[in-house]
Amino acid sequence: MKIGLAGQPNSGKSTLFNAFTGARQHVANYPGVTVEKKIGWYASNGENVEVVDLPGTYSLTSYSPEEQVARDFILREDPSVVINVMDASNLKRCLFLTFELMEMQAPVVLALNMIDLAEKRGISIDTQKLSGLLGISVVATDMKTGRGKEELLDTISALADSSGASGGIGLDYGEMEPLLRDIESRVLAETPHLPASYPLRWLAVKLMEGDSEVIRLVASAHPSPEDFTADIEQLRVDFESRFDEMPEIHIANRRYQEADRIARSCMSPGQARRLSWSDRIDKVVCHRLMGPVVLVAVIWLLYYLSIVQGYNVTNYTWPILAQIRSWMEVLLPGAGFIEIPIMRAFGLWFVDSINALLNYIPIFFILFALIALLEDSGYMPRMAFIMDRLFSRYGLHGQSTLPMVLGGIYVGGCAVPGVMACKAIPDERSRLATILVIPLLNCLAKVPLYVLLINIYFASHKVWAMFFISTISLLLVLPISKILTLTVLKKRPTSPFVMEMPPYHVPTVRGVLTRAVERVWLFVRKITTIVAAVAVVVFILMRFPGISEERMAHYQEEKHKAVSSFIQDIEDTDYADAIDPDNIMAFIRYWSGYKNARLGAGGGDAAKAVNEKFREKDPELYEIVTRQGKDGMIAYRAARSLERSRKQLLMDMKNEQIHNSFLGWAGKSLEPVTRYAGFNWRVNVALLSALAAKESSVATLGALYESDERGESLEKRMASKETGFTPLHGLSLMLFMVLYPPCLAAAIAVKIQAGGTRWMLFSIGYSMVLALGVAVAVFSGGSALGLSGFQAMWLFYSLALTLTVVMGLVRNRPDFGVV
Amino acid sequence: MTLDQLKPGDEGYVQKLRSRDRLGRRLMDMGVYPGLRIRVIRNAPLEDPMEVELDGYYISLRHEEARAVEIARK
Repeated sequence: MKIGLAGQPNSGKSTLFNAFTGARQHVANYPGVTVEKKIGWYASNGENVEVVDLPGTYSLTSYSPEEQVARDFILREDPSVVINVMDASNLKRCLFLTFELMEMQAPVVLALNMIDLAEKRGISIDTQKLSGLLGISVVATDMKTGRGKEELLDTISALADSSGASGGIGLDYGEMEPLLRDIESRVLAETPHLPASYPLRWLAVKLMEGDSEVIRLVASAHPSPEDFTADIEQLRVDFESRFDEMPEIHIANRRYQEADRIARSCMSPGQARRLSWSDRIDKVVCHRLMGPVVLVAVIWLLYYLSIVQGYNVTNYTWPILAQIRSWMEVLLPGAGFIEIPIMRAFGLWFVDSINALLNYIPIFFILFALIALLEDSGYMPRMAFIMDRLFSRYGLHGQSTLPMVLGGIYVGGCAVPGVMACKAIPDERSRLATILVIPLLNCLAKVPLYVLLINIYFASHKVWAMFFISTISLLLVLPISKILTLTVLKKRPTSPFVMEMPPYHVPTVRGVLTRAVERVWLFVRKITTIVAAVAVVVFILMRFPGISEERMAHYQEEKHKAVSSFIQDIEDTDYADAIDPDNIMAFIRYWSGYKNARLGAGGGDAAKAVNEKFREKDPELYEIVTRQGKDGMIAYRAARSLERSRKQLLMDMKNEQIHNSFLGWAGKSLEPVTRYAGFNWRVNVALLSALAAKESSVATLGALYESDERGESLEKRMASKETGFTPLHGLSLMLFMVLYPPCLAAAIAVKIQAGGTRWMLFSIGYSMVLALGVAVAVFSGGSALGLSGFQAMWLFYSLALTLTVVMGLVRNRPDFGVV
Repeated sequence: MTLDQLKPGDEGYVQKLRSRDRLGRRLMDMGVYPGLRIRVIRNAPLEDPMEVELDGYYISLRHEEARAVEIARK
């Protein structure tokens, strides 16, 4: 048995869904749209009942994907029962949807939800009378206390058993009735198969309403579709000129009049105002001055708890991931002196790639829980209310606020949850604009590169450079979003802002946690599988074709040199027999095992225990690694120098491997273009490796500017290797990073939320072109004008600021055909 | 006069919806229909959008959209 939950937003539908299904839930997406499909199950009289939580909608037109999804479910999936969940305090407005459901001949049960709250406000509803007037079953429920749940379950079973006897009154559309009857008979005569799958009356009303989907549906079944469509349009025009009212408005109006009549006759009004404390909160939260202050405070707290504190939590969770890595190290085939088996290299690369992502889980969990808290409390619409004016000037939406905050409006966010949160934006054009610009904000993973470059090239102006990079991304995002809106997105449908401001609710711990877990799980499932797949590809790109055989022979020779010099060094010691070239790896492993164990043990008794264990394992090697006696000291020194040579060899090999890899070739072949931006092939490789994950840029640079034994910081290494680099190079690179295409996980999020690979490719493509364009303009322009990096920085800043102001003044108001 | 011309605290009755586009439907769906009493609660900190009360519940809309709602002052 399958049942559906339909209802308007803020009617407590989710609470009812949770109360019915408990933990037996599943979230998926409807095919082709970005609407979430929530399914749950419960057992009733030994039968398994599937519950589909339809998206919350005010009505069932074909204007939004949510409404279409809900409508298609009711019409095509033939649910045994549709529970119409409504806010008992708003009976009149909610009946609007009920009439539509009854017109679709859905087997409706009305759940007058949140009845306790309504009664507290002095509203009392005669459910018997209401049921009689509507011709359907009505149950008063309150899912916070569980009131009415059993009765509702019984009513559902009874209705399902009576199969299809939905009842329900038909609505009288007054002056429109003769027209509706004409249409009905026309549809019946001209498209005789259609009424078997769709209620005739509903088709007629929707045709009169001018519902584009239904017109297309009937026309496609009609022998002469153009004529039929034209006839319907003519009927609508005639109606309007005769009654001075658009047909759809007449229909809606009749529904409200009927709802008003029914509500009046079975409900005592109470004090029809919302709870006064909700008003009192709004007096502060939406206040001219206090509102923005509260908003900033909420955003700050969100950052602080998720990014700052979440990062602290990763200090505790990282060891778990590190442990998994060390298990892998043991499991995978061991490393030779310079021969790293490909299985080992790949296995560790793979684990590192996945771990880098899993490491964010605590941050995401806190973030998702806080968002759920904000959503359930009712603060979100207030946020949109305050920010809409500013954002709408740039083609964004009031509800773009939260996604932008998550993406890193200042410094430190993550594009993945940012893009995911765009789902809530009801206006398609603004939603796409927001999705496309969020990757340009300063996510956490971009920050290491900024810090590196600022420390090298803007060391004397650190604070100013940091301020520049923190604020420049917003100054780029706003005008870019406006330009996208005026060009690529110009034709995308836009919706009115009209938004309900529901009373505040106290969120439940369970509701918040369920949602947080749900979203983290969805994230893990969707993102990690794709990141895993790409880790394989990037591995291949960075490894093959790799080092040639001659060069490999050269490295083998170097290896033999290092080993034989070590053997020579210990020739005259007591340990000459203990180590020979064949078991040298055993010694190296023993030594590194000892070092790791001592590092993990700290001091005191634990350290003693480690010493004891390694002494037992091999007393001779133990003497070397602990430098005992004169011979021990000599052997230890020899081992140190051997280790250094090995590290140097491995580093050289890795460097050469990248140099001779597909990625290295790409980096070099891009040089003719990127040199106008000031990037050489090394920078190109670092940037290319960052395509998959931004963190990689600094890691790859670290590998490219190989460290020697002095253990210099990457800042020093990069500065000494790239002597030709100036602060202008640094600025160009930083701005490139700001505008750099979304990382892999973010690109996938874009694909999911924008609903197509096309948008993902566009998002990657446009930001790539933009990033390169800006970097070239800054570097080549700055060089031509003879500007220093710092001067170029502020010239660029003032240009961006001017562009932001100018773009904000360009008018782009949607035309809703106000007459 | 139209709804966008009302100031916070003002009240009026909805006369007519003057949008030929989805805006009219959206307003209807959200419960704005002729005959309803409507009261302006406040404007947003940057003036736009505005918040109004209708029949016990609250919606916010941009002034641009409020232009489509014809109002009669009482």
